[in-house]
Amino acid sequence: MIRYIIRRLLWAVVLFISVTLATYLIFYIIPVDPARLAAGKAASPHDVQVVAHRLYLDRPIYEQYLHFLDRLVLHFDLGYSYANRQDVRETVLNAAPITASLVLGAVVVWMLIAVPVGVYSALRPRSLGDRAAMTGVLTGISVHPVWLGLIASYILGYKLNLFPIQGYCAFTGRAPGEACGGPIDWFYHLIVPWFVFAVLYAAFYVRMIRSTVLETLNEDYVRTARAKGAPERRVLVHHVLRNAMLPVVTMLGMDVALALGGAVLLEQVFGLPGLGYVALHSLFQYDYPITLGVVVFASILVIVFNLIVDLLYAWIDPRIRLA
Amino acid sequence: MALLEVRDLKTSFKTDDGIVQAVDGLTFSVEKGRTVAIVGESGCGKSVTCLSIMGLNPRQNTITSGEAIFKDRDLLTLPAEEMRKVRGNEISMIFQDPMTSLNPVHTIGRQLLEAVQLHEKLPKQAARRRALEMVKAVGIPRAETRLDDYPHQFSGGMRQRVMIAMALINNPDLLIADEPTTALDVTTQAQILNLMNQLQRDFGSAIILITHDLGVVAETADEVLVMYAAKAIEQGDYSDIFYRARHPYTWGLLSSLPRLAQGAELKPIPGAPPSLLRPPPGCRFHLRCAYAFDRCRTDVPPLQPAPDGSAHLDACHLDEAAKQRGAEEILGRITVGGRL
Repeated sequence: MIRYIIRRLLWAVVLFISVTLATYLIFYIIPVDPARLAAGKAASPHDVQVVAHRLYLDRPIYEQYLHFLDRLVLHFDLGYSYANRQDVRETVLNAAPITASLVLGAVVVWMLIAVPVGVYSALRPRSLGDRAAMTGVLTGISVHPVWLGLIASYILGYKLNLFPIQGYCAFTGRAPGEACGGPIDWFYHLIVPWFVFAVLYAAFYVRMIRSTVLETLNEDYVRTARAKGAPERRVLVHHVLRNAMLPVVTMLGMDVALALGGAVLLEQVFGLPGLGYVALHSLFQYDYPITLGVVVFASILVIVFNLIVDLLYAWIDPRIRLA
Repeated sequence: MALLEVRDLKTSFKTDDGIVQAVDGLTFSVEKGRTVAIVGESGCGKSVTCLSIMGLNPRQNTITSGEAIFKDRDLLTLPAEEMRKVRGNEISMIFQDPMTSLNPVHTIGRQLLEAVQLHEKLPKQAARRRALEMVKAVGIPRAETRLDDYPHQFSGGMRQRVMIAMALINNPDLLIADEPTTALDVTTQAQILNLMNQLQRDFGSAIILITHDLGVVAETADEVLVMYAAKAIEQGDYSDIFYRARHPYTWGLLSSLPRLAQGAELKPIPGAPPSLLRPPPGCRFHLRCAYAFDRCRTDVPPLQPAPDGSAHLDACHLDEAAKQRGAEEILGRITVGGRL
């Protein structure tokens, strides 16, 4: 198990370096002079040169990259925004809880929908309920989250006044200068985004859980459990679900990471100043320390999630442990 | 009264293409402590017969009729909860493929314990002691530590031993073994068969053994039922089938037994079994039967006793002389001194 973890960690490092390097190269290729941006509008060519030197922009790209890695790894420092001089680390860490709230809440919602519906559909294939669920799945996959988000916020927020139209409230309480805060406000502001976010994934997961449960129901060991005299309920929970959830756990780990990408869109729709929002705005301004900061943070998250999923997988599937 | 009396058992499945009659009017009985072998090719309805008795066929699309009287109760009409109490306790089952029949995410010990505790309120320690005894009885070395291992840490033969331990742990009256050795190599096969025979002596269980391998039948069975395309075509005790076989299909099975004796040529049965969706008219075997004549193509032969009045039944239109001749010819071909 320890060797397994070490091997996984080494891979994580490789992954991290390739992702950040790729991002670095993209900014190098974009025909924009970051030094000019950083120096400000009224800067003279000399000022730009000074800034370029101070920001290591006059060095070859590999030196720039090594400098970036060195700063990040040794000092946990991501530099400052070119646009507003704010600490990148702070900007990212301020935005992260918002995205985390959105994504993790959505995961909970979509799993709460997908597990019962998927299992029900698998237990009664071709029944009326199953057909209704499959219709719902098709709808859920077809509806675009942004459209759904706009419609939901228009109808539920603007027309019916049931929920806030947009905006975010910190879970930890009201900060000075903010309109709202605390767990209740937080929850209230996120319900609609969660459900909108969850629709697409819930649809995918209902379909996947239905098929893995159906498949597992036909396994020989399920028949063995019945032959032992296990009641249906026990067969389902101990023998079917435990095995059927193996692929679901893997998918979940990957999808949580993917959902970070989806968050970019929904944060715009619901005016949530999360990582996606920050990343998008930094892109428009060629504010690449911020973009890079978000990429670094997101790739760390993805790597950590994958690691957790792999370890979880090894824990629930004994066959992996020795491999 | 026999332990299990099956009368006119019929099982059919509704499929998209129509109704498949998988078992068509089977009647047999299993006496206490005896072994009944059900023999036939793949898809002839052997396994479905046993799953019907166990009530393990899929519920939605299965139609079962007839009777299966086990200790004064008809298993086919028993309420689900009553049937659950019978399964794994009074009747238990071993399956063909030990590689897939154990749950991969639970330890062997946990699966054995589950079998005990589903039927008996026993504290965990006592149940574990019982599991340990059973695992030792089926000959798994280092039983103590192996209880905490997972199925993938066992070889095929060892897994089948675990399955047998699990099936016998509640001391059932009847053990149904569905091709228990098919997935195993020959030496392991012999070990498993010996184990089953020995445990039968120790525990006194009756066994229904499903197999397509007459070699396995020869080692274990007291009575034999030969099935072809959902129907019984010949049944009788061990010696009836091996020494006085009366049906051309049984002859075919016997001559397709590989033998190491010099000069004995292996004679497979030509063709493949018919579709049960649209079985052929008359005798279902007539398309592959070298002895078939006109009547076989139109009339269904009834299952009737041999003229000596024994319990030896066969369903064939051939006349008595032809059956005698056939039996002798086959016997001459397959016996190499003594018992086969």
